[in-house]
Amino acid sequence: MILVLLIAILLLGGILAAISARWSTQLPRWISLAAIAVDLVLASRIWAGRSTSTSKVWYDEVDWNWVPSFGIHFHLAVDGLSFLMLILTFSLGIVAVLCSWTEIREKIGFFHFNLMWVLAGIVSVFLAIDLFLFYFAWELMLIPMYFLIVIWGHERRVYAGTKFFLFTQCSGLLMLIAILALYFIHHQSTGVYTFEYSELLGTPLSGGAELAIMLGFFVAFAVKLPVVPLHTWLPDAHTEAPTAGSVILAGLLLKTGGYGLLRFVIPLFPRAAHQFTPVALTLGVIGIIYGAVMAFSQTDLKRLVAYTSVSHLGFVLLGIFSWNSLALQGALMTMICHGLSTGALFVLVGGLQERIHTRDLNRMGGLWTVAPRLSASALFFSLASLGLPGLGDFVGEFLVLLGSYRVSVALTVVATLGILASTFYALRMMQRAFFGPNPNSWQLPDLKPREGLIMTVMILGLLWLGFYPQPVLNTFAPAMDNLERVAQMPTAALRRQP
Amino acid sequence: MNAADRLALLPLLLLAGTAVVVMLGIAVKRSHVLTAGLTLTGLAASFLSIFAAAPLVPRQASSLLLIDRYALFYLGLIIASTAAVAVLSYQYFAKREGQHEELYLLLVLATLGCGVLVTSVHFVSFLLGLEILSISLYGMVAYFTTRGQALEAGIKYLILASTSAAFLVFGMALIYADTGSLSFSSIRNLSLDGSDLALLLPGIALSVTGIGFKLGVVPFHLWTPDVYQGAPAPVTAFVATTSKTAVVGLLLRYLLAGTQQSRAVFLLLSVIAVASMCAGNLLALRQNNVKRVLAYSSIAHFGYILVAFLAGSTMTPGAITFYLVAYTVTILAAFGIVTVLSTSEADADDLDDYRGLFWRRPVLASVFTAVLLSLAGIPATMGFIGKFYILASGANASAWPLMIVLVLTSVVGLFYYLRIVVTVFSEEPEARSSRRRLGWGSALVLGGLAVLLVGFGVYPGPLFHLIQATIGGTN
Repeated sequence: MILVLLIAILLLGGILAAISARWSTQLPRWISLAAIAVDLVLASRIWAGRSTSTSKVWYDEVDWNWVPSFGIHFHLAVDGLSFLMLILTFSLGIVAVLCSWTEIREKIGFFHFNLMWVLAGIVSVFLAIDLFLFYFAWELMLIPMYFLIVIWGHERRVYAGTKFFLFTQCSGLLMLIAILALYFIHHQSTGVYTFEYSELLGTPLSGGAELAIMLGFFVAFAVKLPVVPLHTWLPDAHTEAPTAGSVILAGLLLKTGGYGLLRFVIPLFPRAAHQFTPVALTLGVIGIIYGAVMAFSQTDLKRLVAYTSVSHLGFVLLGIFSWNSLALQGALMTMICHGLSTGALFVLVGGLQERIHTRDLNRMGGLWTVAPRLSASALFFSLASLGLPGLGDFVGEFLVLLGSYRVSVALTVVATLGILASTFYALRMMQRAFFGPNPNSWQLPDLKPREGLIMTVMILGLLWLGFYPQPVLNTFAPAMDNLERVAQMPTAALRRQP
Repeated sequence: MNAADRLALLPLLLLAGTAVVVMLGIAVKRSHVLTAGLTLTGLAASFLSIFAAAPLVPRQASSLLLIDRYALFYLGLIIASTAAVAVLSYQYFAKREGQHEELYLLLVLATLGCGVLVTSVHFVSFLLGLEILSISLYGMVAYFTTRGQALEAGIKYLILASTSAAFLVFGMALIYADTGSLSFSSIRNLSLDGSDLALLLPGIALSVTGIGFKLGVVPFHLWTPDVYQGAPAPVTAFVATTSKTAVVGLLLRYLLAGTQQSRAVFLLLSVIAVASMCAGNLLALRQNNVKRVLAYSSIAHFGYILVAFLAGSTMTPGAITFYLVAYTVTILAAFGIVTVLSTSEADADDLDDYRGLFWRRPVLASVFTAVLLSLAGIPATMGFIGKFYILASGANASAWPLMIVLVLTSVVGLFYYLRIVVTVFSEEPEARSSRRRLGWGSALVLGGLAVLLVGFGVYPGPLFHLIQATIGGTN
């Protein structure tokens, strides 16, 4: 039941926030904050109450009949992987509410309504294990996100929002066709109509069908992740969205793509995914390099950060398709740490824009002297982003490279160049914006206590993940073992190859 | 014809009776309230009589009409949607000058025509129903004789509808020449391919023209945007929903059991479906008039319905019926909103009429957004479940190329729905027209439709169950 509550509280919180805006402009913010905080507490209850026996896959689950004639269930379940994603979601949710505290001044009620509902959609995506429910949630989280972009976004918000929606919807419908194909093939071989994840696992598929269905899923997740060349919506959407929207896009929505690959593509279609490995690895490496190069050449600070996401998420793809536990752990770590470091960078850029009303790097410079705390935080997260050892991102990318080295030395070498390139764009950003003289004689207030609090918590989080990632990896371990078992992870097969 | 037959025919008889009563009522006392009240009472009685007839079916009432559970379901849908149109018409016409009573007479007659269509199993009743419907619609479309656009729409509809009816009659003649029978069951049992019935196939093709015209699919779609734009909003709602529902109901009966196995008919319908999906969605992109956008989108939606039809799997009748219910609910709500926003001078059909609607009238705008998302097939609306059902029936029959076309064109469609959504949520340029109160009748209809739209979108089980029980065609 806790799982349903997690979603219901967010939905209800959103409605309350929208209504409460009639009486006060502060009330919606506090209600949203309270709703997410309650969810965080509930999530810790799941953690405390989880069954420790290894025989049970799920910590907790809810299974209700939904549309019996189609075999559709309202089936939510949580394991280590989804649990980590939930914690990330609620943490970044709180960040999103806090960072829009002064930025959003109009239509506050409706803003928080959308914020809560997009979080509810994301939580449902991480919990759903009925494929119909998954698709339902997958599409549903788009709409509030779309509103966040087109109503509170910047100059080209309508263009960016529409592009985002069309890309996701098109790929989503292809996934729906793939889900239906799987559903009917499963029926043909077993006589049972079901969208149930655990029952669809191991559906016997012919090679061609498996590849086609796998591609349907892959495209949907690749658009979200994003995988070059399906990434073009991302720089626009991230740049034009309000700060909270960028945090959620980069920190959470992109992760639903990685989560989908881990949860569905690999376990449901192990053979096809394995066939697809060379392509996926190459795409991952292309993304790493392309994102880094593009980030280097941006003058819009927000766009720069957006392109770094393309680069970092390339590591996730590389890790997932390297087919060994090191790389998988690395992919997961990268997903979580990227959420924190990039989320924080977006908060900083948003804060900067609120103060000086521009995102143009050429108009900045010398900000360190006027806003040292803000600049120092930016330095910290840039260093995290370029993979400084001791911070979370380093652990993730290092593990991915270790894992992928076993699969392809050449691709790993190229991917490592991506880390090198990230040093260039991160340092260039610091150089242009914060160091040097202050030609425009900007005078701006430094981080406020509220912003300082966000930064401190995120810095501590990244340090913790960087120095002691073991608890996260331990939480992921049972889910990963399952993944390897279900997918009959051909690590062994790989080793057998010369 | 015995008593049980008459009882089974009661819904149709009551509709015919209502028409007479309404006509006499107008002759005795010309009163808008009274006429609308009589109409609604008659429709309600007819709707209730469906439940009285239900235990007696299936029953062949003469060789022309077959009353079975299928027909009763469609009758219920038709009468319910007409009732919604009648309520909307009341508010729409109440604030306008002139005499509005005859519109209700035409409305009831058109409904009777629709009822005959969904019960007919014979070409004679097919033509009869179609003509009752068409002739009433001529009057309804051009009801505002002082509006140029309305007259243009009426004339256009008149000419094109008569032409297509002529094609239909010619097709019937060819079919009769070959088979010597005019009942649907006689052609159902014939094999079309490679037979010596050289006239049958052209006959069927010509009769498809008549059906295609009423559905407004490409290449018979030319009337749609003009009629949608020119007709009064509630009448457009009727043309878009009830009349098309009736024709699809007939199409399912006419063609489903046998003829689509013929390669030629399959090919013909495939071309129509693909052309409709592409043309409807692409042409809508350039429109700034909400009624015209809805017209082009309806072309695309009936293309989607044809995809399910072509799939020809066991799920097809259920999928089409569910989609029709979803479409009817959605479009009625859409035109309901156009109706309540219309002023006494003009219909609210310009995109600018909707600018910033959300910040002026949040509830109305939320319903409108739900409508647009339903048309786009986004989850938590009936439109999504309908699209899911159609894709499921396509996947069941492995009709992959058609499904891919459906998906790609519906993404194009999303673009113009989003454009309207953005307008609804955009900033208002200046304070526009003052708030008008929603009449309680329209509020009730819109509220009910919104509840159905989201309710069945989230929990479609009961409707699935009803459709399965009456029509069959799911797993």
